[in-house]
Amino acid sequence: MCGPGLIWLLVFLLVPMLLILSVSFISRGAYGELEWTVTLENYRRLIGFGALGFDPLYPQILLRSLALGATTAFLCLLMGMPLAFFIARLPGRFRAAALLLVVIPFWTSLLIRTYAWQILLAPEGWFGSILRHLGMTELYPGTLAVLIGMVCDFLPFFVLPLYASVEKINWSLAEAAMDLGASQWNVFRHAILPQISPGLTAGLILVFLPATGQFVIPDLLGGAKTVLLGNAIQQQFGQSRDWPFGAAMAVAALALVIAGMWLFYRKSGQKGEWL
Amino acid sequence: MNRPSLRLSLWSALAYLFLYAPIAVVVIYSFNAARFGAAWNGFTTHWYAAIWDNPQALSAARNTLLLAGCSTLISTLLGTALAYGWTRFHFPGRRWISGLLHIPIFIPDIVLAVALLLLYSLVSPWLRFFELGLPTMVLAHVTFQIPFVAIVVRARLAGLDPALEEAARDLGASGRQKFRHVTLPLMMPGILAAAMLAFTLSLDDFVVSFFTSGPGSTTLPILIYSSVKRGITPDINALSTLIILASILGTVSVMLLQRKNR
Repeated sequence: MCGPGLIWLLVFLLVPMLLILSVSFISRGAYGELEWTVTLENYRRLIGFGALGFDPLYPQILLRSLALGATTAFLCLLMGMPLAFFIARLPGRFRAAALLLVVIPFWTSLLIRTYAWQILLAPEGWFGSILRHLGMTELYPGTLAVLIGMVCDFLPFFVLPLYASVEKINWSLAEAAMDLGASQWNVFRHAILPQISPGLTAGLILVFLPATGQFVIPDLLGGAKTVLLGNAIQQQFGQSRDWPFGAAMAVAALALVIAGMWLFYRKSGQKGEWL
Repeated sequence: MNRPSLRLSLWSALAYLFLYAPIAVVVIYSFNAARFGAAWNGFTTHWYAAIWDNPQALSAARNTLLLAGCSTLISTLLGTALAYGWTRFHFPGRRWISGLLHIPIFIPDIVLAVALLLLYSLVSPWLRFFELGLPTMVLAHVTFQIPFVAIVVRARLAGLDPALEEAARDLGASGRQKFRHVTLPLMMPGILAAAMLAFTLSLDDFVVSFFTSGPGSTTLPILIYSSVKRGITPDINALSTLIILASILGTVSVMLLQRKNR
């Protein structure tokens, strides 16, 4: 029964990944064609040691992507954690509706929700003019606009797995801690946090990984200074036509994914029950 | 457990506002009479009517539906069979399936997109079928849909009462009869929910489509992207509003189907 599906994933998922891995070790011909000679050049360029000496461009892109991914995850935590507790504390009949309101953006086109921020942040719009009066000029295009788009787009990715954990909290543990005189922070730290840590980890990883590899959000909301890993990959496979170098970047992104999945399995056991 | 405090409620209201502001602005501006710019110029439904006179939009809509329909059909069949075998049979390497299925969920779209582009471009000199176009897009979409289908159907299968199938067996049903008349109908809500999710995923996908499409296989998200790059216009907002509407309908019906499950 599993056969056809597994074969499909083998042919169209694993084989392409292996191809990316092998192409990342070859070089590119003068016309952008693949030249099957083994080299480490692409990875050397990625960490800054290209043919023309040290060039920090690509290490900077890598670090910027990681930093932006981490900031997005942190902001989602700040915004989404209270939201997950809010939904869990609602009386039954409102809870399903409140949850649905988080699920809808999760399944709504990221492209559309992202370009909408162009309208919202544009200086001539009413929201943009409020921001301008607050002194927030030159917000869009820029890093801050990218961050706003990222948090808005990925917030549901954080809230849904976290909610699955919050929903199952055994509150009597918290009450017991309170009765024993624990401070609010200690109740949270020792009676609540251990119970929600699987959902918390899953949520953070599910925000961090796609944010790091995003291409649409920085493309639409960022300027020339906000090139991220995803944009760099797109550039190499597009205009620059340097597929081996693009493949090396994709391998870097894959390495992050594997590390993230490992952490995910270790912390949250298994399965996407929040799906 | 007590009700949410006022502070918590206000903070959550803010989060909801933040989530829905972009969706609302697209819907509102799709009714804006102004051709250019962000100023409000009165209410009109003109842009919706204009979609029907736009051959580019119509052909993109046709491609999008064809792509979503074909890929959903294939991925629902493969994913459901995968979920069934995964829960009901024991075989070596079974543990690894869940890891394999999670790869497309975690991997950034762009990595899957360029990996498939690489595969297609290496194979297409030998097999013309793999020249970029709708068929290659269907193959790509099925790849990211299968895991979602398998996980949703598996959740349904895991929640079934084994006594029902045992009863069918005790009453003398053959393996095939049991599957046809008991297991399959019980799986149906899960399969439908999974198919709906797969359809929505395909409908919304931009990145994978962008890299695996060829001349003449432009879909709505690709059309929207290239229009937005030139400047947002109200007819693009109208088109986007229709897509948002389809996503909302899909999500709500999946929720209803899954609630019926419990």
